[in-house]
Amino acid sequence: VIIRERESAPPRVDMTVDLAGLELKHPILNASGTFDAIAALRTFGQSVREQFPFSAFVSKTITPDPRGGNPTPRLWETPAGMINSIGLPNKGLAGFLGHDLPELATLPAPLVVSVAGFSHDQFARLVEPVAARPEVAALELNVSCPNVKSGCVMGSEVGEITALMGVLRPLTTKPLIVKLTPNVAEPELIAQAAETAGADAISLVNTLRGLALDPETGKPWLGAERGGLSGPAIRAVALEMTHKVCSLVRLPVIGMGGIGSGQDALDFMAAGAKCVAVGTENFRDPAAGVRIREELRQLLARRSHYLRQVNAGAEIG
Amino acid sequence: MSAGGPQTAEIEIGLAAPEQGPRVLAPFGRRCCSVTVNEAVGPYRLVGAEDPDGPVPLPGQFFMLAAAQDWGDGATQRPYLARAFSVCRLRGGRRDFLIDDIGPGTSRLARLEPGEDDLWLVGPLGIGFSAPAALHEGGRALLVGGGIGIAPLVIWKEALQKAGVPNVTLLGFRSKSQCAAASLVVDGVELATDDGSTGHHGLVTELLERELERSGDQVVYSCGPPRMLEAVRRLCAQFSAPVELAMEEAMACGFGACYGCVIRTRDGYRRICVDGPVVRGYDLDEGWIE
Repeated sequence: VIIRERESAPPRVDMTVDLAGLELKHPILNASGTFDAIAALRTFGQSVREQFPFSAFVSKTITPDPRGGNPTPRLWETPAGMINSIGLPNKGLAGFLGHDLPELATLPAPLVVSVAGFSHDQFARLVEPVAARPEVAALELNVSCPNVKSGCVMGSEVGEITALMGVLRPLTTKPLIVKLTPNVAEPELIAQAAETAGADAISLVNTLRGLALDPETGKPWLGAERGGLSGPAIRAVALEMTHKVCSLVRLPVIGMGGIGSGQDALDFMAAGAKCVAVGTENFRDPAAGVRIREELRQLLARRSHYLRQVNAGAEIG
Repeated sequence: MSAGGPQTAEIEIGLAAPEQGPRVLAPFGRRCCSVTVNEAVGPYRLVGAEDPDGPVPLPGQFFMLAAAQDWGDGATQRPYLARAFSVCRLRGGRRDFLIDDIGPGTSRLARLEPGEDDLWLVGPLGIGFSAPAALHEGGRALLVGGGIGIAPLVIWKEALQKAGVPNVTLLGFRSKSQCAAASLVVDGVELATDDGSTGHHGLVTELLERELERSGDQVVYSCGPPRMLEAVRRLCAQFSAPVELAMEEAMACGFGACYGCVIRTRDGYRRICVDGPVVRGYDLDEGWIE
């Protein structure tokens, strides 16, 4: 990253980032499952394309077979955040390739496809055909969804992530991003195992497991009982985990968890993240990514040493 | 690729419902609008915000609302997410919303100070009511509302009157005090209350049944609590009357991102925010309310 110093406003900051070989215009991505570009085009029209907030677009997670998702209710607002229990509804691989991929390929940003399987074989059934499509720039391996049965297992144990990467790494040369769960004692060990096994980047965190109770009955509110907590409520936890992972692995890291401002984004970059992802804040403002990017630009113009250090792979703080 | 595979998947998942009904596109992002009206309407508040440069919403479309101050900004931990409201009335560039103070979000909105406070708006969102002629040739429009759910029927009635479409409006409330909201509806309405303090003593759906028996040539539009909507759906199915229901569900985003506001349809789960909030009665799963 090169900062071109200039006296007058607006600051001209070169925010380009190299993420595992992807040349990105700036460090702001979306968290998977928090921005449906196709639904946004239906709602907002072509202005979504013209003001696209993200330097790469991460799809909602797909699974080999179609899924309807979890029973309702699926949402609960918490202090400074929310719990969701969506359960990966998606059209399945064939539906995604046939219907969604052609439209997502028209977005003005490289496409990262998030995939999740419930076995090594299911992951392999997704990675090979998805990676083979020229429209796909990279894949994110969702081994961390708290809302599907056994979805977390492969991202929760060192041996599991090593074995999974052993199966998937030979299938493609495209970047494989491993999305980590915060629901383990030491996420840095999972990150190190992923690095050793050939991952190209790490993204963290997925949601923290959470529970909401019906005030009338005292029973779980959400249809699937448990859910995942997101929003500013988890930012400090996510920042600590990002900091620790960045200090122990050399892979580029996409940090996320409650980012709602340029300062929040800068914090994750100061903790060592090369890129950051906006998640729940997209729900509050569809164009939040645009605002956060511009706030970050202003901040970077004054604090160029952060990015230089991040790019040099140095630990900060 | 065979046409069968992915299409079957779509129907099972209900993620690709065909576009049904009219839609006005929203500007991308949220915009800050001045609050200029906040007045009592019975136990409810009618809050108006100036959005002169925003697109004119269609009856049945909705907005996501959040107060610009004291809303998830650090000082206040809740409300955090914006709240969805059907547009109730248009007055020039002003958009009016009907608020029932029942939780932290609606409570904050109900306390907005005209001339001082600002409101974040995202919208118009979702699809609106279809013109009666699009559902059924000829006949009249029957509007059936319950409680706070009368909001989208206020603007729809104004549009139908303007277009010269014959219409009848039936509104149900718990008690007399809520009936003050009926004054928002232009021209005549017939009322029902649970306690009989005003109008028909009983359910608004009893009035609907009477109207359906009287004539078979009508299109029904309804908004209200889920049990009322289900009763309306059943009656309309029984009398083979086309019906559009404006649905409500808690939603985090309002533009299809969170998948939180799904409802069970014959084709599987659908997102109310992008495939609704106006849904045709025959599209709902028989057990959608369970």
